[in-house]
Amino acid sequence: MTRPDTQSEQMQENTEVPSEKRRLVDDIRFQKRLEKRYRAEKRFRLYGLLSIGFGLLCLVLLFTDIIGKGHSAFLQTEVALDIHFDADYLQIDDINDSQQLNRANFDGLIKRSWRANFPEVKSRSDKRLLYKISSNGSGFQIKDLLIAHPEWLGTTQTLWLIADDDVDVYYKAKNKGISYQGVLSDKSLNWLNALVEENRIELSFNSTFFSAGDSREPEQAGIKGAMVGSLFTLLVTLALSFPIGVAAAIYLEEYAPNNRWTDLIEVNINNLAAVPSIIFGLLGLAIFINFFELPRSIPLVGGLVLTLMTLPTIIISSRAAIKAVPPSIREAALGIGASKMQVILHHVLPLAMPGMLTGTIIGMAQALGETAPLLMIGMVAFIVDIPGGATDPSTVLPVQIFLWADSPERAFVERTSAAIMVLLAFLIVMNTLAVLLRKRLERRW
Amino acid sequence: MESAVENSSQNTVGFPFSDDAKMSIRQCDVFYGDKQAIFDVNLDIGNNEVLAMIGPSGCGKSTFLRCLNRMNDTIDICRVEGSLKLEDTDIYSPDLDVVPLRARVGMVFQKPNPFPKSIYDNVAYGPRIHGLVSRRAELDEVVESSLQKAGLWNEVKDRLDESGTGLSGGQQQRLCIARTIAVNPEVILMDEPCSALDPIATAKIEELITNLSENYTIAIVTHSMQQAARVSNRTAYFHMGKLIEVNDTEKVFTNPTHDLTEAYITGRFG
Repeated sequence: MTRPDTQSEQMQENTEVPSEKRRLVDDIRFQKRLEKRYRAEKRFRLYGLLSIGFGLLCLVLLFTDIIGKGHSAFLQTEVALDIHFDADYLQIDDINDSQQLNRANFDGLIKRSWRANFPEVKSRSDKRLLYKISSNGSGFQIKDLLIAHPEWLGTTQTLWLIADDDVDVYYKAKNKGISYQGVLSDKSLNWLNALVEENRIELSFNSTFFSAGDSREPEQAGIKGAMVGSLFTLLVTLALSFPIGVAAAIYLEEYAPNNRWTDLIEVNINNLAAVPSIIFGLLGLAIFINFFELPRSIPLVGGLVLTLMTLPTIIISSRAAIKAVPPSIREAALGIGASKMQVILHHVLPLAMPGMLTGTIIGMAQALGETAPLLMIGMVAFIVDIPGGATDPSTVLPVQIFLWADSPERAFVERTSAAIMVLLAFLIVMNTLAVLLRKRLERRW
Repeated sequence: MESAVENSSQNTVGFPFSDDAKMSIRQCDVFYGDKQAIFDVNLDIGNNEVLAMIGPSGCGKSTFLRCLNRMNDTIDICRVEGSLKLEDTDIYSPDLDVVPLRARVGMVFQKPNPFPKSIYDNVAYGPRIHGLVSRRAELDEVVESSLQKAGLWNEVKDRLDESGTGLSGGQQQRLCIARTIAVNPEVILMDEPCSALDPIATAKIEELITNLSENYTIAIVTHSMQQAARVSNRTAYFHMGKLIEVNDTEKVFTNPTHDLTEAYITGRFG
């Protein structure tokens, strides 16, 4: 508000004082320089904004691409088929006899039902095409259904069977209105169109994807095996790397004497953080599998390898967090006679914990997304069963993505994207937990 | 005083020794690596006296103070030589445990440094780690009396659960003093306790020091000569790592013996 006044004062002064005593602010060159400075500042801010904008754009592109491709994997095409549970054909007289159930030819029953539904199909090759409409795992599906509904024996039921992946691809393309370019022959397409007209084909929630392990057949493949494998691997990694990392950081920061050995260790830790992860995989292969003779493909070894990989990250960030604790707090505690351990446990650790957790979560996120070292220790194996513990063979999410991305079947494309979505969700949950934990532990001083 | 004169090192004038010494320091040298920071200091700190240490920046007075409860142990390259005794205990004896030593010789720092905990926990921390109290009621009593002695009780009695870092600078420093006296030390070392405080807070701390000197021996490092004159009984003047003069405070400020002391207190350097 006082600006006009001061300016007029300056003007008055100007007229009075000799020119060599002119004020700096009245110099035209100074004004120009000032404007230039403001422009530079604006540009500087703009660079930052642009970078953030670019980052956000990439993120949006990534998400639209992945979600656009992957969302349809959460739906599964099913085909309705009338199935007559013929006790004679299945050779079952006692529904509770599991031996009889295991011996029964459910695949044959499905083929029989297809033939009954399409009586006009005569030649062997055509029949084979016809059978391929339903998944070749449908035999197990109806067996489970029969066990759940024993009263169905001897009756005819209309059952929704999981369709083959090629049918799935065709039906989803048809629903979206995009032209179909796939392996199905015209004959198969005609049958499918007939089935669609009879409302015998529909999409339903793909529960298989979340409840099954890997499979060569896309329609039977699920992510659960990899999810459980990742969970066990990360638990092993966290249980080992956090305590070891924090203990190492505390020793190096608080106890280690300042000598060449400490310097050497420090340089090595910093270098290890930059070592390509596949090297850790080779190390794990040589030490844990070849030397200690642990089995291949198990989350325990995976966790050990990832521990080696995340330790430098955790140690470096924990040391930074410990260093950031104000020395005055240490002195205060020492000054009233706290022992070194009490200073660390009562004061340094609580104040450094948020920083340590941040480092740990970065390390864990890195470990969750790591593929290369796990390839070396055999976690890339094709494993159908869902692991029950850290010593069962398993695979992990990123390796599963790698495996599926490599598969020729078209239906695996959307499943790959869906697996990426599951991985991202996993990551977001982990980061949210870390942020919440940090908020709780954070204290101001 | 006869013996004192005999013992006196050649570069200290005045009366560095006391007949009723709480702490006695003889031929103390301190080194940081190869660099010597303290040269041959001989000094007694008498029972229940307030000893002020003054001198220009970098003269070693803080270093010397920190030797008295072995706070310099935290600095790797720091080496202390000579004989430093708290009554009959050799402070630098290899088998001395620093934990009880620091409980006997408490310290208040330049910058108020309360823990990021509640006011109550700040004061209770010392008694807790030393196991001085067994019941909660006893602890409550210790906290209350310590805060009262530090002149803070009336200001914080209704908010003991609030964070100690939320107090004003002067209150924080009094909280730190309360925390120190909660373990009932024999000697309190103060390293420029008022340098980060405003004049009103400073006046409160100075009053507190005078009150505390009834029960405790206090050694205070200060940059303010007025403060030294107001609170202390004796004053020691340090210069370039050497103890130049120790005399009654009144004498130091009215009629200093050594030329360097006179130059400093008249403001010719410092």
